[in-house]
Amino acid sequence: MKTRPNYFAGIGSFIWLLIVAIPLYVMLSGTFQTREEFGDNGPLSFPTSFTLQNYADAITSGFGRYFLNTVVVTVGVVAIVLLLVPPLSYAIVRSRSRAASFVFRFFLLGLAIPAQAVIVPVFYLINAVGLYDNLLGIILPTAAFALPICTLILSGTMRDITGELYEAMAMDGASPARAFFRLVLPLSKGGISTIAVFSALQAWNGFLFPLILTQSESTRVVTLGLFNFQTQYGINIPGLLAAVTLSMVPVLLVYLFARRALVQGLMGAGGK
Amino acid sequence: MTTLATRRQAGPGGSTTSRPARPGTSSVGRPGFAWALPATIFFALFALVPLAAVAVLSFTSWSGLGDPEFVGLENWETLIADPVMLKSLWLSLLFIVLGVVTQTPLSILLGVWAAGHQRNRAVLSAIYFIPLLLSSAAISVLWRALLDPNFGLPGQLPWLFGDGNLLGTQAGAIGVLIFVGMWQFTPFHTLIYQGAAKGIPPVLYQAASIDGAGMMRQFFSITLPQLRNTAITSIILMVVGGLTTFETVLILTNGGPGTDTTITAFYMYQEAFQSFDFGVGSAIALVLVVVATLISLVVVKVSGYDKMNSSLEGL
Repeated sequence: MKTRPNYFAGIGSFIWLLIVAIPLYVMLSGTFQTREEFGDNGPLSFPTSFTLQNYADAITSGFGRYFLNTVVVTVGVVAIVLLLVPPLSYAIVRSRSRAASFVFRFFLLGLAIPAQAVIVPVFYLINAVGLYDNLLGIILPTAAFALPICTLILSGTMRDITGELYEAMAMDGASPARAFFRLVLPLSKGGISTIAVFSALQAWNGFLFPLILTQSESTRVVTLGLFNFQTQYGINIPGLLAAVTLSMVPVLLVYLFARRALVQGLMGAGGK
Repeated sequence: MTTLATRRQAGPGGSTTSRPARPGTSSVGRPGFAWALPATIFFALFALVPLAAVAVLSFTSWSGLGDPEFVGLENWETLIADPVMLKSLWLSLLFIVLGVVTQTPLSILLGVWAAGHQRNRAVLSAIYFIPLLLSSAAISVLWRALLDPNFGLPGQLPWLFGDGNLLGTQAGAIGVLIFVGMWQFTPFHTLIYQGAAKGIPPVLYQAASIDGAGMMRQFFSITLPQLRNTAITSIILMVVGGLTTFETVLILTNGGPGTDTTITAFYMYQEAFQSFDFGVGSAIALVLVVVATLISLVVVKVSGYDKMNSSLEGL
């Protein structure tokens, strides 16, 4: 293999690193400065004082509640995904019925449907069943739109389980359900954690469904809270940055501890 | 966490398939269609049925209260005569083209570089990756704060930002939206190019080296052609993503100045959820679906993707 370092690409990637990192630095350093200091010295300056007041402001302005709501939505979405996707992927990979391969194409088609295309009917539907301004009303469509990509990822994992393993189970005269719980689930742990992390990320960052399906403060999620905070207190930039930072913390923690699962999910999203 | 969650579904999963297993090997691990039903019905209810409903709603008038009323082609006539709609389509096209043109070369370069063996590569890739994890809302609010004419970067770096009111002109607002899109989505596309570049057989490079091809030549004659399939996937995702850009427009420019950044997806939201004209909103949504499908088909056709059997063709 070639060993000569590629200086051109190296310099280019360093410039891009600055473009990614400087905004993140400004964000973080801004949150620890007072409004006066931030305004006087400018965003790029190194902080000379240290305050946690901005975080306190963000939390007292309602972010505690928004966090709780987002956690509820995220847990709900992940639960639905974990309940529905493994049996579906199992059927797609192993079923001999022609309907199963049709269903797979149906979900592939679903990948291409943008959420915007259906928000008016979804709004109508959620209103009709009385779930408007209810967290469950956010959970259901968000979970539905996470299904196609999660199915794609998990059926990819399940395809790697070899036929011999199923044959081995045949000795016990195992039913499809037994094969599912004894063989398929244990061997798909990696894929299952990928779809859990991936759907959690989608739920945590979701904006459109909460925007159109909720209105009151008591059902507001973090992303909407940020938008609201920005329109109301756009002048208090350190406070705003603290709120943005808080909204990112859980995701960054997941990234730190489940990087592999996340990266695989994202690669699966585009690499197929 | 996962084991708990997967165990929880033991109840319902087991009960749907309680019919006795047939003797012999053929039935082992061959689940019936019933296993796919719950997810299929759930997805159909929230994605497929609404997709059909949006077509129906586009022929109705509905303000969000009461029941939709059939009005025939009225919404479509309104849309065709609407200059903002036409403008929004051109703006969407401009967004898509600028997005693809800025993100593709950058993510190919970064992806190929990140697939190499440089020192510190892993650490750098980890940092590149961060914007991808953040919500569009958080990113938009962050950039809005960073670009604030009084308290943000423009005040401190006048040589770079001029008078600082970037979002006050059409060119400035579009530039900001394209840049923020780049900041947000380049990591994702870099990642898929990185995965693809790692999969290029090293033997191709070895052969090229023996033939005396330099690094540039190798990049253009081996790397780029080998990334072709990935590029098509990536570009289709950019097209659909560009067409449905929403949060950044809402939070950064609110479609302005005037309607100068009102792209079609944002116009749909305004018509439906701010003007409460859900019939027209549905018609615009249908236009979005059709345009997204058409552009994707064109990309696939023009690239010859549908005629290729394998990414390793010609090896």
